[in-house]
Amino acid sequence: MRSISILAVVAVFSACVFAAQDANVPEKISDVNAIVNKANIMAYYQGDDGKAKVKMTITDKKGQTRLREFVILRKDIKEGGDQNFYVYFLKPSDVREMVFMVHKYSDVTKDDDRWLYLPALDLVKRIAAGDKRTSFVGSDFLYEDVSGRNLAEDTHELTDTTDKFYIVKNTPQKPDTVEFIYFNVSIDRGTFIPMKMEFFDKNNRLYRVIESQKIETIEGFPTVVKSLVSDLNTGSKTEMEFGEVKYNIGLGDIFTERYLRKPPEEARK
Amino acid sequence: MTCRAGFIIVALAYVCLPAEAQHWDTNDSNSLFYDTSVHGFYEVRAGYRTRNDPFEKDMLMMEQRLQLDISAKPDWGDWKIKGDTIGDLVEERGDFDLREAFVRGSPYDFMDVKLGRQILTWGTGDLIFINDLFPKDFESFFIGRDTDYLKAPSDAVKVSLFGESANLDIVYTPQFDSDRFIDGRRISYFNSNLGRLAGQDAIVHTDKPDDWFRDDEIAARLYKNINNYEYALYAYHGFWKSPGGQNPAIGKAIFPDLSVYGASVQGNFAKGIGNLEFGYYQSEDDQSGQNGNINNSELRFLAGYSQDIAKDFTAGLQYYIEHILDFEQHKESNPFGPDRDRDRHLVTLRLTKLSMNQNLRSSLFTFFSPSDNDVYMRPNVNYKVSDNLAVEAGANIFFGDHISTFFGQFKNDSNIYTGVRYSF
Repeated sequence: MRSISILAVVAVFSACVFAAQDANVPEKISDVNAIVNKANIMAYYQGDDGKAKVKMTITDKKGQTRLREFVILRKDIKEGGDQNFYVYFLKPSDVREMVFMVHKYSDVTKDDDRWLYLPALDLVKRIAAGDKRTSFVGSDFLYEDVSGRNLAEDTHELTDTTDKFYIVKNTPQKPDTVEFIYFNVSIDRGTFIPMKMEFFDKNNRLYRVIESQKIETIEGFPTVVKSLVSDLNTGSKTEMEFGEVKYNIGLGDIFTERYLRKPPEEARK
Repeated sequence: MTCRAGFIIVALAYVCLPAEAQHWDTNDSNSLFYDTSVHGFYEVRAGYRTRNDPFEKDMLMMEQRLQLDISAKPDWGDWKIKGDTIGDLVEERGDFDLREAFVRGSPYDFMDVKLGRQILTWGTGDLIFINDLFPKDFESFFIGRDTDYLKAPSDAVKVSLFGESANLDIVYTPQFDSDRFIDGRRISYFNSNLGRLAGQDAIVHTDKPDDWFRDDEIAARLYKNINNYEYALYAYHGFWKSPGGQNPAIGKAIFPDLSVYGASVQGNFAKGIGNLEFGYYQSEDDQSGQNGNINNSELRFLAGYSQDIAKDFTAGLQYYIEHILDFEQHKESNPFGPDRDRDRHLVTLRLTKLSMNQNLRSSLFTFFSPSDNDVYMRPNVNYKVSDNLAVEAGANIFFGDHISTFFGQFKNDSNIYTGVRYSF
């Protein structure tokens, strides 16, 4: 039950699967909704499914580090709509072989379904959908950073267009439910990958930054393979690296109780 | 058998375990040892009684434990051997507890088979089990071992069939696996023959059914997920898992025949997860309830709800009832027995809070029975010092108005405990 707001991971994974079409001649788009929609679609729905081995390094302000390692499997139910995620933990050893599974719904009125499998007890546990702005596995990534914040939660404003980026300011519709008053996203004009997200608190002070640090084109899909989140309040940082990234691996219906108890080959290999 | 397995584990561990767990790949993905890994932990744990118990030692637990977990994942399936070597200073002996030793595969697309020693769990309750008739270890649970140890292993074969219309699990245990029940060796309990609390002065001796393939158990679950509401039907045929009666002729506790039929549903409800579960316990050896030496049949019902109530803070509430059938006959046939109610009501509340980057987990699980007037509280704090090292402290606290009730009988067993675990 340890740090199980794992959807965050999921989101990061999806976010990292941000893709770009043609980076050479970015045409200038002025409709902010078109930009955020495109970024969202490109970010979370590359290929029909995907797999990555994720290594997360959490470094606190004293320099002490903790590692998390897991395999994540994603399958899109509908392009731009519902998705399933399967997270199989490898490290640290006290959570090894634990599984976290999510059926994510794009309908804002419907809570995601989440399960946890605890191998030492052979226990399949249904978990309540929690606050999406909760730490994912004790890291500085939040559930929502990774699973993606629903576009309908914010109003979007194109505040600047530089040579490389669209700068979009996002203001929450329900400010009481979040800890920021707005966040800025720098979206690459060529790839539509969000390269930087900056969160501002109620005093209009920057307190949190997420950066895409390394992008590789894998199987034709531009993919964020390294990202970093910095919490300026606590001095803590989390780096997330994606290895063994694969797309369109032909995942079957593995997002069921059967595969919680007996992890599928794709997660184990 | 267990000794040999223990030797194998230790020997294998010696071969492939310098300090950190290692991976050990052979290139042939069909090889038995393909993708073999060794993990485990070393733990020291101690627990003391907080009240004086005339029948037991003050020291309730003082042990070190080395768990080794060896597994491999060849293409055709997987296998695991997991066992604990224990040095126990309370009973002043060494022990080996083989937790798991199984092979698993999928002979057909629609079938999984898991054969050997395994931990088995199903049903919807949180620390309350109705249709889960797999063995429990209540002693470990009450003295403060890790909650994982509430589940004792079964030597069984589990066959799972997956279909369009529903899924079916069948678990066959060829030789009855009882609970690791409270027998007075370490935990004092209410002895109904003596009419008082007892412990090492009256250790429970049992006449346990142990003929292979005759004293067997079979459990089945038929389940289906409809829009992420999980519906299940259950059936069990075997024995009361903890002593459910006694044989006065030989002066031993017995495990009478038992069949259980039940159902459950679980899914999203309001802002959290709701569950309902029901079971009919048919005490086969005393169907009319007239034999005072054998448990009567019962109905058991559970309703539960859990929800996040704040960031990293979860609450779970359950209501549970045990209803004794043929209660009048039970009273007549057992005039000197403890004064039980027809219905035992139980409410549980779980509170779990994560803090310090989720490295500190504080939890409190409380059982409260308004009908028995007894309480069992399980506070626990666990801190992960690093990825490998965790320290933990907690307590098991029992209160009750009567010494004969389920939790009230353990009031002299209330304890505090602490432990350190290094995982690798």
